[in-house]
Amino acid sequence: MMEIGIEHYLTLAAMLFTLGVFGIFLNKKNVIVILLSVELILLSVEFNLVAFSSFMGDLVGQVFTMLILTVAAAEGSIGLAILVVYFRNRGSIAVEDIHLMKG
Amino acid sequence: MVAAIMFYILATVLVGSAVMVVFSKNPVHSVLFLILAFFNAAGLFVLLGAEFVAMILVIVYVGAVAVMFLFVVMMLDINFTELRKGVQDYLPIGLLIGFILLVEMAVIAGGWSMTDGIATTITTPTPLASEVHNTEAIGRILYTDNIFLFQLGGLILLVAMIGAIVLTHRQRPGVKKQNIGDQVRRRRDDAYEAVNVKPGQGI
Repeated sequence: MMEIGIEHYLTLAAMLFTLGVFGIFLNKKNVIVILLSVELILLSVEFNLVAFSSFMGDLVGQVFTMLILTVAAAEGSIGLAILVVYFRNRGSIAVEDIHLMKG
Repeated sequence: MVAAIMFYILATVLVGSAVMVVFSKNPVHSVLFLILAFFNAAGLFVLLGAEFVAMILVIVYVGAVAVMFLFVVMMLDINFTELRKGVQDYLPIGLLIGFILLVEMAVIAGGWSMTDGIATTITTPTPLASEVHNTEAIGRILYTDNIFLFQLGGLILLVAMIGAIVLTHRQRPGVKKQNIGDQVRRRRDDAYEAVNVKPGQGI
């Protein structure tokens, strides 16, 4: 119990991942919270990489973590840009109205 | 002992703030709880010995991404109570899928173990922390062995930047802008005219 092994970190990452997926389902209408949930999921992936990197003694995992961080930042910025354009056009951010956009 | 206590404190706050991100009624609070979650994740990364990634997490996420989220949430005039409707409808299916995911991961974790001799396959072993600190060790492999990954990261950021600008840029009518060409082309005759006014008559 007092010896923190890789299992503890993997369990924590699994909990974060589940919470992220749960958040996507729970806030189906609100794009902002969906994007935040995606950030949570990516954080859990980073946790897995850093935990394995630390416990296996391989440094490449941390380099990959930085790449995932980059991708997460890019995803967040593009998602928010799409959100702003969508809000300008429709005046709301409800996800279920997106299928009304054609062409 | 201290590390274990720190792990449990940070992990508890991390999971608690993640729960609040999902369940918070106000998205501004969600973003603030996400910031708290990232701070705790950075603390856990420090516990794991990955100081550089921890600091990058604080700087990039808390300093840039979370602030960007806050900007957008506060800039757009969104009716959040409207969006909260129907959360109860999605609660059962969300709980079901979350439960299924958790069970699947528990099954995988139960039957998982490290392969024998995995330690011999490590390509870039972490140097001793007493000799080379984490940032320097990452710098040594990031710009040499993993240079293409590094360049790929830069390319992704460039594409994201161009995409965000192209998406949100718009031409607004009726905005006064400086036009250098017009200014340079302007001659004296365009600006004023000499009128010979006769006394007592006015113009």
